[in-house]
Amino acid sequence: MEFLWNGLKEAFNLWIHGDAEIIEITLRTLAISAVATAVALFIGVPTGAVLALKQFRGRRFIVALVNTGMGMPPVVVGLVVAIFLWRSGPLGGLNLIFTPTAMVIAQFVIAVPLVVGFSMASIQSLNPRLLEQIVALGANRLQLLWLLVREARLGLLAALMAGFGAVISEVGASMMVGGNIAGETRVLTTATVLETSRGNIEIGIALGVMLLVLAYVVNLVVTGVQQQRRAT
Amino acid sequence: MRPRLPHLILTAPLLVALLVVACSGDDALILATTTSTENSGLLDDLVPIFEERSGINVKVIAVGTGAALRMAAEGNADALLVHAPAAEKELVQSGDVINRRLVAYNDFVLVGPPDDPAGIRGERDIETALAGVAAAEARFISRGDDSGTHKKELALWAAAGLDPAGNWYEESGQGMGSSLTIADQKEAYILTDRGTFLALGPTLDLEVLSEGDPELINIYSVMQVEPGKGQINADAAAAWVAFLLEPETQDWIEAFRREEFGRSLFIPTRGRSEAETIDDFAAGASE
Repeated sequence: MEFLWNGLKEAFNLWIHGDAEIIEITLRTLAISAVATAVALFIGVPTGAVLALKQFRGRRFIVALVNTGMGMPPVVVGLVVAIFLWRSGPLGGLNLIFTPTAMVIAQFVIAVPLVVGFSMASIQSLNPRLLEQIVALGANRLQLLWLLVREARLGLLAALMAGFGAVISEVGASMMVGGNIAGETRVLTTATVLETSRGNIEIGIALGVMLLVLAYVVNLVVTGVQQQRRAT
Repeated sequence: MRPRLPHLILTAPLLVALLVVACSGDDALILATTTSTENSGLLDDLVPIFEERSGINVKVIAVGTGAALRMAAEGNADALLVHAPAAEKELVQSGDVINRRLVAYNDFVLVGPPDDPAGIRGERDIETALAGVAAAEARFISRGDDSGTHKKELALWAAAGLDPAGNWYEESGQGMGSSLTIADQKEAYILTDRGTFLALGPTLDLEVLSEGDPELINIYSVMQVEPGKGQINADAAAAWVAFLLEPETQDWIEAFRREEFGRSLFIPTRGRSEAETIDDFAAGASE
């Protein structure tokens, strides 16, 4: 218990003194996971909408794939992305291994099935007559998608939170494709592993607390947006 | 109502593009190294000195020595700083690495719980000490990760004529720091490099029980990956090797955390050969 208490004190100290490295790691964590989640939304929401609305051959196969992907172990994603990005791999020429971009790619792969799955479920749960109505009013495809997104926004914000929550808390893939390089690819989760293995338990706890606070603040903001309309 | 979706369509790829630009490091040096150099903090302080002086960006990837050697063989790293002389020489032989130079050494120690159930405290002969652990079937944690320390541990068991197996012999599969914590929590024996043990010392109950056998020397070498393997950054790797061998750097390594622990975590080899270094260690150990 002493460890925990010291860790909390250490976390408080790091916050108060604005430890430059911790702040940098926190901002990097936020940036990488936010970009990965944004790209996952950009690709995942339309894909989810198509899977929800269209009937086509092989749809069931794809939906099963998405559902499997929702529980995909990040470390497996990390390994596969790493194999592609290593210099000896097919995309080695891009020089992306051990960069934040590589981490964005891996986190995107982790987040996208979650976003697709949640989007599909929330759009499917809309009243089917709504769709007919929108089409009858002469909306084009983009307008249709946009209106559906508006209607399903509660579920889609849940998709956002699930995707973001998965990638910001993920450690295996970030370690493998990012390499936990100080000043470049060290994020809160990988820094926590490193400091703990160095015996700096207090700093490990401090980083862990930082991660929890970050995740909480982001979810608080998103929840605020989600629940806003309900109140009015 | 105007759809606002295009904003997102524009913003997301832009952010990705920004990130790519911000971090494209074609001239960066990928240095594959061991968890022991990272856990002791040596490279945290040494790498920035090199980066500032040379203008080369270094990406330090801490993995087990086995993985580091594999990265070199596949051309996935530019330079190595590792501690498995026998395996390193194989890579030199096969032409995967060039310019292998000794940098520093320290030693392995056998640590264990203070009550020492195997009764090996003070036993200098490491093979006798290990035989004692095996005979008592006292719990022993092996790294089990093909790291330099793991290779050394297996070589020592083999030298003692023992094949460790059974419930008492467990593999952690993790880095040195994490494995020490596991051994500490399980009140087990474990072979560790002295540097990591000293660095973690305050958090552990484990004590050094067997040390000083000349067999226990732990030599760190630097080398560069054969430049013909694709996109190897050979100039940066050569500069890194040269930097580590400079007298100033060697002084710096000797002084690293010496005040804190009352002894150097890494003793520079200062251009001596492997045989000379082993003699030095044996002479120092018998004092």
